[in-house]
Amino acid sequence: MDFINTLDTTNLFRIEADQVCVDYNGTVALYDASLKLKSGSICGLVGMNGAGKSTFFKALMGFVRPSMGSIRINGQAVRKAQREQAVAYVPQSEGIDSSFPVSVWDVVMMGRYGAMNLFRIPRESDRKAVWHALERVELTDLRKRPIGALSGGQRKRAFLARAIAQRASVLLLDEPFSGVDVRTEKLMSQLFLQFRNEGRTILVSTHDLSHVRDFCDLVVLINKTVLAYGETSEIFTNENLTMTFGGLSQDLLYRQMSSEDFSE
Amino acid sequence: MIELLIQASTGPFSFLLDPLSHEFMRRALLVSALVGGVCGLLSCYMTLKGWALMGDAVSHAVMPGVVVSYALGLPFSVGAFVFGVGSVALIGFIKQKSRVKEDTVIGLVFTGFFALGLVLVSKIKSNIDLMHILFGSPLGISGSDVQQTLFITFLVISILLIFRRDLMLYCFDATHARSIGINTTFLHYLLLSVLSLAAVAGLQTVGIILVVSMLITPGATAYLLTDRFDRMNILAILSSSLSSVLGVYISYWSDIETGGSIVLVQTLIFLFAFLFAPRYGILKSGSYF
Repeated sequence: MDFINTLDTTNLFRIEADQVCVDYNGTVALYDASLKLKSGSICGLVGMNGAGKSTFFKALMGFVRPSMGSIRINGQAVRKAQREQAVAYVPQSEGIDSSFPVSVWDVVMMGRYGAMNLFRIPRESDRKAVWHALERVELTDLRKRPIGALSGGQRKRAFLARAIAQRASVLLLDEPFSGVDVRTEKLMSQLFLQFRNEGRTILVSTHDLSHVRDFCDLVVLINKTVLAYGETSEIFTNENLTMTFGGLSQDLLYRQMSSEDFSE
Repeated sequence: MIELLIQASTGPFSFLLDPLSHEFMRRALLVSALVGGVCGLLSCYMTLKGWALMGDAVSHAVMPGVVVSYALGLPFSVGAFVFGVGSVALIGFIKQKSRVKEDTVIGLVFTGFFALGLVLVSKIKSNIDLMHILFGSPLGISGSDVQQTLFITFLVISILLIFRRDLMLYCFDATHARSIGINTTFLHYLLLSVLSLAAVAGLQTVGIILVVSMLITPGATAYLLTDRFDRMNILAILSSSLSSVLGVYISYWSDIETGGSIVLVQTLIFLFAFLFAPRYGILKSGSYF
């Protein structure tokens, strides 16, 4: 079991957002958003494009300051959590320059930077942490490959390994299921369960509803604010989804969900 | 040692050593190689961050700074640095406060600064040679200019070495850098300041108009040759310094414009990599069809 950067893992709220409002130069991106996630939660963050998913992530990472309300990570101010590398962001595959000249090993090592001195010279413990993280995502064989030579799923695993190496207690995943192969998907579902047992909390931003049902215990529906929040099975009602996605896309969603049912 | 030099100077390699008997050539080679190395290292970050246009902008925008410094009797790097950073600040300000797109703002600001420099040269009575600023004059570098260049070189290399991992991470994944508490705003302005300094150093050897080549071509060449960041740094420094030294020699032998000859050598090395790079050369990948 991985050591993670926090004091106490039991009965601790990893994420506490209390009536958070965020606006950009007067345009409201998020209002009155409240959410509490205990340690060991796997939660889907579901909403349309522009519903405030990435704004919420940015607020949790300390990139935007709420104009009202408060956010606490592990019971601490966001700034403090940032300094302790408590929050790891796992980017979308498209958000990364895949032709950048770095190896898989280098990318995972970036998870250790926060714990290193100014020159970022890896110590033995950093190398061990990287190796261990690579083992967990089954990428040790490919560690010397340039990141661009990896498949989409392998790249996703490399960034998950970075979050493991960072020893983050809160993982923010941006569209983790897009362009992922079967092996990666299987590994991800195992990893998620392990993370939960280790007391990490995972927040998955996505509009892929079928994966949310398979992977997430909890779900938050947002459209500028938190519309509904709770156990996935209870929250995924037609009424709620219509509210989240608006009437127009209901048809599409319904089809997505029912076709999933047929295939099972 | 001296006997060896004398022997060599009459031997088959005399064509390499003869130029070194001139003080101005020794200075030119030293400055060009140093500036080439520094710009080469920085060019890795410029190409990876996608700042080629920014490099072009800053290098042109330092022009009025150089003129003002000469007029006031300051080291030219001081004024150039102020105007380089000032242009970047102005670009950021206009972009934020207006609806005009970024590349338009960049083009608008740097041409404005450049024009201001041209006007100042014609208006301020001094012994500034416009051609030296525009096209560089490594063969005419003074002793104090050599000192300035040594200082700038030392400063830029120190900064890039101290912050190399952070800057690499900033170029690769700024979101992650920020999320673990690294101050990316600081890194952004640090990189811009270093860019201004390197542009100032570079304009001595190849001049304002061509200095952007020093700031992107070596990085682009190295990028085609390797998939490792550290190797890319080394290759960029080597190809850039080599181009500078070769350029100065060719300029001496065949009496052609030095800045042009340095940049042309850089371009040829790039073309060579473009054709023959082991993995990414077009002859290898077969993408010439």
